[in-house]
Amino acid sequence: MYVAVKGGEAAIANAHRLLAETRRGDASVPELSVAQIREQMALLVDRVMTEGSLHDPDLAALALKQARGDLIEAVFLVRAYRTTLPRFGASEPVETGAMTLRRRISATYKDLPGGQVLGPTFDYTHRLVDFALAAEGEAPVASQAEPLADAAHAPRVTDLLRQDGLIEPSAPDDGSAPGDLTREPLDFPADRALRLQALARGDEGFVLALGYSTQRGYGRTHPFVGEIRVGAVAVEFVPEELGFAVPLGEIDLTECQMVNQFHGSAEVPPQFTRGYGLAFGQSERKAMAMALVDRALRAEELGEPVGAPAQDQEFVLAHCDALQATGFVEHLKLPHYVDFQAELELVRRLRAEHAARRAVPEMKEAAE
Amino acid sequence: MPDHNPAARQPEAPVPERPDPAARRAVMALCGEARPEELRRALTQLGGTETVEDLRPPETGLVMTRGRIGGDGRPFNLGEATVTRAAVRLPGGETGFAYHLGRDRAKARLAATLDALWQHPGRRAAVEAALGPVAARRAEERAAQARRIAATRVNFFTMARGDD
Repeated sequence: MYVAVKGGEAAIANAHRLLAETRRGDASVPELSVAQIREQMALLVDRVMTEGSLHDPDLAALALKQARGDLIEAVFLVRAYRTTLPRFGASEPVETGAMTLRRRISATYKDLPGGQVLGPTFDYTHRLVDFALAAEGEAPVASQAEPLADAAHAPRVTDLLRQDGLIEPSAPDDGSAPGDLTREPLDFPADRALRLQALARGDEGFVLALGYSTQRGYGRTHPFVGEIRVGAVAVEFVPEELGFAVPLGEIDLTECQMVNQFHGSAEVPPQFTRGYGLAFGQSERKAMAMALVDRALRAEELGEPVGAPAQDQEFVLAHCDALQATGFVEHLKLPHYVDFQAELELVRRLRAEHAARRAVPEMKEAAE
Repeated sequence: MPDHNPAARQPEAPVPERPDPAARRAVMALCGEARPEELRRALTQLGGTETVEDLRPPETGLVMTRGRIGGDGRPFNLGEATVTRAAVRLPGGETGFAYHLGRDRAKARLAATLDALWQHPGRRAAVEAALGPVAARRAEERAAQARRIAATRVNFFTMARGDD
């Protein structure tokens, strides 16, 4: 039970002033600019955009500064900001096949049209702390090479498998608008479009742990990374007053195509199935985890036994949102004085009754 | 529904010159990629700012970005993006629009003004020329980026195994 409590206004105002001062840290250390955060904490900015479900690098960087680097607090700020803005509409679906690639790898094919490009990656680094970064200095200049003729044409790996009929086709676009969980509360069972929206904005740690659980045997899906691609795609929007697709600009995305082991039934021949992940920015771990969980959530559709946590869409979707989770967990620190007073009364009464019950047999014994 | 019967048109309505939508989109895309100062420079080069009337004051809102399931299937909602739009009218009656990612209202208005200027067939080439430096800068940046990425392309060697 919530009961309005008054008081503490001065303490709250002063706590917020203290927060502002503490946020700045040691004043003899130069202050971070939003542009510095955007440029140099780019993967964190990408994560705030992905889980905040709002693409705006400057806003995400500012939110991180305000939140003192607390990821979920920054997500909270971004989500709160979006509620103040009108919705102009929905974009045309982005064409990830036409992405300007910054990175593209496949664990299933060595030789691919368009090639495998590593791009800026932590993979194959030795994970030794680089103390040179603690000193200021010029960043090393990246190597350059002449792009090969096929570099601009890199079809998705799933398109290649599709040509041979070895992989299931994607459900075709029937022209209907996908559900939007920011407009309608999530209802179960949720279709795959809604599940992907929820997973895309879901907490990376939670989705990662669920994906990991499927690898460890809780709803095994035998996954291969068909492809991960990172790069820029054009976003287009058709404004009512213009009636044609206007280019809004480019955004960076990470896409993961998980290719999963054979599935077959009386009607469908054995073929690979798919799990899909898509996230703002360079968010590789998130896109991979999302693709694993997307595939696990298709267990029922594909006639597989259902029982693992990652296959239970109500469990996954109702708990993957970091903001919802933190809201409910953190509300526990708000005043519950009246609630607790009632609990205290109850415990005292039960203790008294318990003591009385114990006293009665003792008296009986004494009487005998 | 637009009326395509020319006879039914009001006599005073100007016969709309049907501009190439691809060319207009290209100019719009260029304006979106430009820095605000580049758009300002382009406008100055085109003879300064005439009296530009706001059809709609610049406004920031949201566009829900959609992807496709599997990259090629049914659409789904990935997440929103901030978008700023502006709509202007020139004294000659030409209207221009801009929709850009981000929250830069001044830039959206500059781009809408350039879009309006481009509507006049006589000025089209001049607008495109004024945006030439933006196109050149972007092409150079793209090429440099492509070269850096190309240097990370993997060349596989297959190891020969001793006995086969």
